Amino acid sequence: MSIRIGTNSFEQRIQEGIKNDFMRGAVSSAQGRFRSGRLKAAEELGNWEDWRTLGEEIRNHTMENLDYYLQQLSDQVSKRGGNVFFAETAEEANEYIQNVIKNKNGKKVVKSKSMVTEEIGLNKALEEAGSEVVETDLGEWILQLDEDPPSHIVTPALHKNKEQIRETFAAKKGYDKTDKPEELALFAREQLRKDFLSADIGITGCNFAVAESGAVTLVTNEGNARLVTSLPDTQISVMGMERLVPTWEDLEVLVSLLTRSAVGQKLTSYVTSLTGTRLEDEVDGPEEFHLVIVDNGRSKILGTEFQSALHCIRCAACINACPVYRHVGGHSYGSIYPGPIGAVLTPLLDGYEDHKELPYASTLCAACTEACPVKIPLHEHLIRHRQIIVEKENKAPKGEKLAMKGFAKWGSSPAAYKMSTKMARTALKPWTKDEKIENGPGPMKGWTNVRDFPAPSKQSFRSWYKTRKKGDES
Amino acid sequence: MKVSLFITCLCDIMSSDVGKDTVEILEKVGCEVDFPELQTCCGQPAYNSGYLKESKESMKQMMRAFKDSEYVVGPSGSCVAMLHEYPHIFKGDPEWEEAANDLAGKSYELTQFLVDVLGVTDVGSKFKGTVTYHPSCHMTRLLGVKDAPMTLLENVKGLEFVELPVKEDCCGFGGTFAVKNPVISEQMVQEKTEHVTETGAEYLVGGDMGCLMNIGGRMTRNGQPVKVLHIANILNQ
Repeated sequence: MSIRIGTNSFEQRIQEGIKNDFMRGAVSSAQGRFRSGRLKAAEELGNWEDWRTLGEEIRNHTMENLDYYLQQLSDQVSKRGGNVFFAETAEEANEYIQNVIKNKNGKKVVKSKSMVTEEIGLNKALEEAGSEVVETDLGEWILQLDEDPPSHIVTPALHKNKEQIRETFAAKKGYDKTDKPEELALFAREQLRKDFLSADIGITGCNFAVAESGAVTLVTNEGNARLVTSLPDTQISVMGMERLVPTWEDLEVLVSLLTRSAVGQKLTSYVTSLTGTRLEDEVDGPEEFHLVIVDNGRSKILGTEFQSALHCIRCAACINACPVYRHVGGHSYGSIYPGPIGAVLTPLLDGYEDHKELPYASTLCAACTEACPVKIPLHEHLIRHRQIIVEKENKAPKGEKLAMKGFAKWGSSPAAYKMSTKMARTALKPWTKDEKIENGPGPMKGWTNVRDFPAPSKQSFRSWYKTRKKGDES
Repeated sequence: MKVSLFITCLCDIMSSDVGKDTVEILEKVGCEVDFPELQTCCGQPAYNSGYLKESKESMKQMMRAFKDSEYVVGPSGSCVAMLHEYPHIFKGDPEWEEAANDLAGKSYELTQFLVDVLGVTDVGSKFKGTVTYHPSCHMTRLLGVKDAPMTLLENVKGLEFVELPVKEDCCGFGGTFAVKNPVISEQMVQEKTEHVTETGAEYLVGGDMGCLMNIGGRMTRNGQPVKVLHIANILNQ
């Protein structure tokens, strides 16, 4: 699996998503919970806008000095006995990790949740190289058993309900109990405990690396990341090259923003910072530690008008606020990064060809921009993508281009514009009945297929104004 | 105070009554209103669809049309928010930057102008009926106008107000989105109409004709009896 999921067209995916009543119900109620939780947590913290500004400043400063902080991080990790590998591509990252496992003669890998490893298709690469890979985040484990991609970046199995999960456990693991969440969770714990104990390699993602100390910080609610990092002898952490903060103080700000924005929690159950390998007088920690820093297209975003997309801390607040996401679900985006941030990031990381519809899957309502804890102007990035699709990629429909050429002429010519205000009602008359149009011509069909279009006013504003003015003068 | 009306193309063609009401409200509160006839469209349909070059043609016409105006007031949060984008769009353009800053600096949405500039919170209107209000996304999030319409509605005599559930959610209009992605738009507008019905209100009021045409069009298609009015229609009663 890589960034792109499935082979269906955008239209097919949307249709499938909209028809999936169960998924829509689950997404809608989850969005409601996340949104009210986020707003409540922000209110409790107080000065939310100041926190957002601080978050934005930290992210901006980090990106502006990314080379410096990456070097500092790398030096600190090395100083504490870790190995650092900069992977330019997904293939390089996967190959490095395969080699680490091979050198350790590793057989079984346990993983905690990581979107960047989804992005680079790590599981598939490791399985092809002969490793057994077990996801240990409950949502990710369910998806792994069901061979289903994530539909959300924080709660990956958001689209599934407990009945479906029970069925998956029964079919794949011989589960024979009810669909009570407690029983399902207990079963998962029992199953996964065996994997934790028998694994020789632990792989994690990285919410934030702290440049000044070389620590990798993991933010979880299930505690699985602690087991992944304390039981196997070898730990590999994989991070996108933008996922770092300069200092511990900056970490505090961003973790505060992350947990509140993601799930409305002041803090998650576990926030774990791991620094280097086990020293002689320490009781836990891995014997060997590798930090894999993944570029995979990110450095190409640096220095462009899209740079702030790299500020993302993967909290999913934009996804939870998005009304389009609510109706179509995560899989409709055809990317492991769905929702507004997915529509911005996916074309940047994986090109426009397969994802050219994503920037248009938004009404530009800006609920995403408003929700973002680090103030990424998401809806503005979507407009920038549209400009590129029209002007550079030349992927806009011909009819639309023609219409927009007409628009430019109309909008720049007061005479043509004035004529249209006079003619609109007459022009639409053949389709008008009872002051509305139920079945409009040509491109208007998109509108009238789902709602009525009102008939233009009997008297245009201009002609009313003119008559009135004459009346005043006389 | 001299005010130039920015009618917006949608009201100009589709809902001239909103323009008339806007003129009359402004005059009622003591403004001298003129209508610069050279105005066209703010450029948003092209700009939001990615046609920067084409949208700029229309924007330049708007800057020409309003160059002598003291204040520019329009009955739309979305179209006025577009004017406020001009400084970003024309930044560094030697010919247009100044005009872009000038137009953005003197442009206001109708309720914003009444409350924030004139300090008028009661226009003396009377309206009998139950009303719910849809705060449009661009008016609230892009222009930052949240309280002004509510303040004015509160002071309309006889009006009974009911809050719209999940009011901040987009109605699915999104300009060309409604035509380009009708399948998704349909789901969004349907949800909005269900929320409107939940309120039991007789009237749905808003400050942006685009959203109102979308929600209203879906309600007539569904056979829902709720009537749709622009806030200017109410304030001029």
